[in-house]
Amino acid sequence: MATLAASRLLGLLRATAGSLGAGKGRLSISIAAIALGVALGYAVQLVNRVAVNEFAQAVQTLSGTADLVIRGPRGGFSEQVLGEVAQLPEVAAASPIVEVEARIPGRDEALRLLGIDVFRAGLVQPGLVPEVAAVPQPSAPDSPSREMPSLDTLRDDTVFLNAAAMAALGMGVGDFLPVQVGTGIVRLRVAGEVRAEGHAQPLAVMDIAGAQWRLGRLGRLGRIDLRVHPGVDVAELARRIGAVLPPGVAVERPSAAIESTVRLSRSYRVNLNVLALVALFTGGLLVFSTQALAVVRRRPYLALLRVLGLTRGAMMLLLLLEAAAVGAVGALVGLAGGYALAELVLGTVGPDLGSGFFRGVVARATFEPAPALLFLVLGIATALLGSLAAANEAARTEPAQALKAGDEQRAFRRLTPVWPGLAFIALGAALAGAPPVNGLPVFGYAAIACLLVGTILLLARIARAVFDRIPVARRPAARLAVLQLRGAPGQATVSLAAIVASVSLLVSMAIMVASFRQSLDQWLQHVLPADLYLRAAPTGDSAFLPPDVQEAIAALPGVRRVEFLRSERLLLDARRPQIVLLARPIDAASAASRLPLVRSAPPPAGAAPPAWVSEVAADLYGFDVGQEIELPIGGRSVPFHVAGVWRDYARQQGAVVIERALYAELTGDRNANDAAIHLEPGAAPESVARALRERVPGSGELETVLPAEIRQRSLAIFDRTFAVTYALETAALAIGLMGLSSSFGALVLARRREFGVLRHLGLTRAQVGAMLAAEGGIVSALGLGVGAALGWIISLILIHVVNRQSFHWSMDLHVPWGSLAAFTAIMLGLASLTALASGRQAMGGDAVRAVKEDW
Amino acid sequence: MTSRRNCCRRAVSSLAAVALAATSPAIAETEYPVVLPGVEVVFPRDHGAHPAYRTEWWYITGWVRDRAGRDLGIQVTFFRNRPGVAEDNPSAFAPRQLLFAHAALADAAHGRLRHDQRAARAGFGFARAAEDATDVHIGDWSLRATTQGYAARIAAGEFTLDLAFRVTQPVLLQGAGGYSRKGPLPGQSSFYYSRPHLAVSGMVVVDGVRLEIAGEAWLDHEWSSEYLAPEAQGWDWTGVNLADGGALMAFRIRDRHGGTFWAGGTLRRSDGTVRRFAPGEIAFTPLRTWRSPRTEAEYPVAMRVRAGTLELELAPMMDDQELDSRASVGTVYWEGAVRALEGEREIGRGYLELTGYWRPLRL
Repeated sequence: MATLAASRLLGLLRATAGSLGAGKGRLSISIAAIALGVALGYAVQLVNRVAVNEFAQAVQTLSGTADLVIRGPRGGFSEQVLGEVAQLPEVAAASPIVEVEARIPGRDEALRLLGIDVFRAGLVQPGLVPEVAAVPQPSAPDSPSREMPSLDTLRDDTVFLNAAAMAALGMGVGDFLPVQVGTGIVRLRVAGEVRAEGHAQPLAVMDIAGAQWRLGRLGRLGRIDLRVHPGVDVAELARRIGAVLPPGVAVERPSAAIESTVRLSRSYRVNLNVLALVALFTGGLLVFSTQALAVVRRRPYLALLRVLGLTRGAMMLLLLLEAAAVGAVGALVGLAGGYALAELVLGTVGPDLGSGFFRGVVARATFEPAPALLFLVLGIATALLGSLAAANEAARTEPAQALKAGDEQRAFRRLTPVWPGLAFIALGAALAGAPPVNGLPVFGYAAIACLLVGTILLLARIARAVFDRIPVARRPAARLAVLQLRGAPGQATVSLAAIVASVSLLVSMAIMVASFRQSLDQWLQHVLPADLYLRAAPTGDSAFLPPDVQEAIAALPGVRRVEFLRSERLLLDARRPQIVLLARPIDAASAASRLPLVRSAPPPAGAAPPAWVSEVAADLYGFDVGQEIELPIGGRSVPFHVAGVWRDYARQQGAVVIERALYAELTGDRNANDAAIHLEPGAAPESVARALRERVPGSGELETVLPAEIRQRSLAIFDRTFAVTYALETAALAIGLMGLSSSFGALVLARRREFGVLRHLGLTRAQVGAMLAAEGGIVSALGLGVGAALGWIISLILIHVVNRQSFHWSMDLHVPWGSLAAFTAIMLGLASLTALASGRQAMGGDAVRAVKEDW
Repeated sequence: MTSRRNCCRRAVSSLAAVALAATSPAIAETEYPVVLPGVEVVFPRDHGAHPAYRTEWWYITGWVRDRAGRDLGIQVTFFRNRPGVAEDNPSAFAPRQLLFAHAALADAAHGRLRHDQRAARAGFGFARAAEDATDVHIGDWSLRATTQGYAARIAAGEFTLDLAFRVTQPVLLQGAGGYSRKGPLPGQSSFYYSRPHLAVSGMVVVDGVRLEIAGEAWLDHEWSSEYLAPEAQGWDWTGVNLADGGALMAFRIRDRHGGTFWAGGTLRRSDGTVRRFAPGEIAFTPLRTWRSPRTEAEYPVAMRVRAGTLELELAPMMDDQELDSRASVGTVYWEGAVRALEGEREIGRGYLELTGYWRPLRL
């Protein structure tokens, strides 16, 4: 019965909306805005899910049935650890693995190459045990090569590839795989395939002894996977094993690697999700403006319904249902769009969304019901919230009053109380200073939301104050515009809200991205002072510059000075990714010229050797200037004095710089990864690079780059990483304009009677048009002004709170005045044009008829 | 003819090995010591491992009985293998020496073998075969010499063995003073001795039940570099502890057509006198075959064995004593507890080993 009545009423509402003509357009814009937000959010979710799933599966394949994994620095830890843990009675099987990110000459991606002990891996990670290619033997056609661990799995010059590696490298059984080790090439015969199911990325497996010897890892292991006997208390065993492990080596459950990587990418993902929520929020604003005006427009009809017996509750329910339908349609369209977007991103950018966290993961999107439901609910909730005020207003209005003409102003007046706005702004200001929650800038985001909501709530007050101060011009059009705005500021606030929201978000993101880019550029100039840079290899950890090559480089003609850098990764916390250790020539006196220090203090006499930590490392591990820290280097814990904190945009897991001579002394490792070459005055980098290729042995695999190229490449990576942000900025702009056009169009339509009267009073069409353009211009200018000011404040929060807490790096404020000014001018022009166009449309009808409506 | 060709091939290959070694040490072919007559087997040194040789095993088989009078067959085997790869690799993981182990428990009531296996490269204290005495282990599986004889501890998937083997008789050298020929070429041979009539005591844990057991076992220790001729398919072997205190070992190596390629055997009578059999004096005649439902291999699980004038029938404790060791040494074979019958009368108990029935055996 009730539903029947409701459906009939819905039909009536639809008819009334349709009668106004423009209803469909506004409706579709609201739907589009919600769809955009949902699509972005769902796509981010899908893509991330794929990345995490793929990564987790790969980790699972590598760990097999292991209960615990022992990991250490990237360069590996002493193999003696195996002897200790394999003997423990609780350990059923211990599988040692040498992990090498092998540099394959001519390829951009390093190949993950594992050295395994087939006998032990068979007990823990059977997926890693290679399948030996059947060698045809005339005497034994069915030779037992499949089951027997063939000699090829034990040789030190054979390698087994998974299908992905065979496809990526274009190699098959019998081919030779070249691996750059140091500056030389080791050729390994492809002897068969390794299935490694679940490991979708390219993978190579060889014998552990061969890997240790041929790939320069003698005496070292990358990890040990342990399977314990049933019934053993794994946590307790882990504690006992952890206690005897050397510094910098830790035992964890295999899932820890997944968790630490997922955590590393989380801030990036959360930021994207927040951007999606911003799009949703803007969609909500659009619904608000559309619904508010729709309610006003349909005021007589709604009142009629009330008179005909519809209760307040039913009226409210009806309007909310209408909004929910808009939200549902938008969300469904958004889910489909999100899925398509995810597929597109996976196919082009890759599942790491350009962030580089899940390198090498290849995958396709799959429909995820749980997040789909979440975003469906979010989309509907957004629409409901957007229409709540309007629905409430419509339900509360006395029908008799609403039936009278010219009552529209009342509706808007009610929506603009003053104190909640101030309260929100105060709350926002307070929240901005709060620390992160679980590594996420939750309060930073909340502060931005509060400021935004507070400002929007105050818009009517601001609008009135501004309009009252605008001098009334002599020309009738401008005069009328100002007077109209003064007389009915409430109407303008709905348009204002849309402009302020989109402009502030756009301006804040523009300022933040510009600040970041500018800071990155300056940082690059600071960290790249040399004339020429040389890398052992662009990827992987198998290539390095041995001492003789270093000497040969230093002796090249035209070379004044070379600084060699050795990089290693240390495990400071098993639940976090390894931190980067950079060993380079540096001392307390020269640190400021070599590192972009944000704070430092000269170490006191007798202090431990100095170390300079990156901002990320300082935040993640609580390091600060003047502190004594311990770093696990060369299998023991070495004390260092933190002499400074430096800005590092390159390594999100954190980095520490120490003096290279000390590192060599501690580890005996005199190899280097990179060289920064300072030239004699007048020497050309190109000729030095040529001399290098001619004179240095093994230099064919080395890569020389000019600082300008690195800068260019880094900025290109930056732009790619922020591609999503740029896309969202454009979307915000589009939404802002759509909102403006929508609300202005509605406003103008609602004032058709007024225009009729003005025409009757003798104003020309052009004059009415000019009045509307002036109104549009004034409202837009106000919106742009408030939006820009708010955007500037939000950008400060983004820079100093959100980014600082999410990614732990600081940046200098840089306002892109030029592009902001251009943007403002364009917005202003477009707003005036929109107002004008809306007016044209509204005045298309007969002025007399328009006045007639005013019965 | 065969001999000369083989000889020449070996000469050529060693020349090639030298030439290759000069350019690439990794491709160097391994030279294994050749088993030749005239080398004296010396104890206790030769109870230990001989890592230079390609293949070696310590092989214990026996019949035991629990307190309830139930007969069980036990097998504990440790293999050592020098695969000849990574010989010059300085890595501590270099797979120069591989160790494998098989353990099996035969129980007629269970109807099939319970068995398990281990495989490892020697090193890191995890797996090792000592050179000075019988002392070989892979993880928690071990076989070690004791003052009394031997001790074996095996923690397998379906059962646990904790056994002591007491020596009751002197070592029985097989072949000519321990030089046991396996083919027509002098190098196709092994060093081989046996320890029959080991008195077994200890524990067998199966299905969660601890069984105190006692019985009699047989140990073989054999090392070689060229055990099987290329023409050989596999072998039939038996070792029987005769009830009167005597011991019989007999084997034949089969060719690709199932015929006898080589054979040999030794009988030590209860009085200690030893009779060695020439290839022609040994005959294995299948009496009944059993087809494995798992591998489709068909094994002659009941045999008539003739060694000189001695003739006896081997009857299995149960038919299904197939052992799948594909995950370690890469083959499937039949290793079963058998009764030795003379007519209707049981004159001894031992084990029968049937290899090469699944696929040609390669060592």
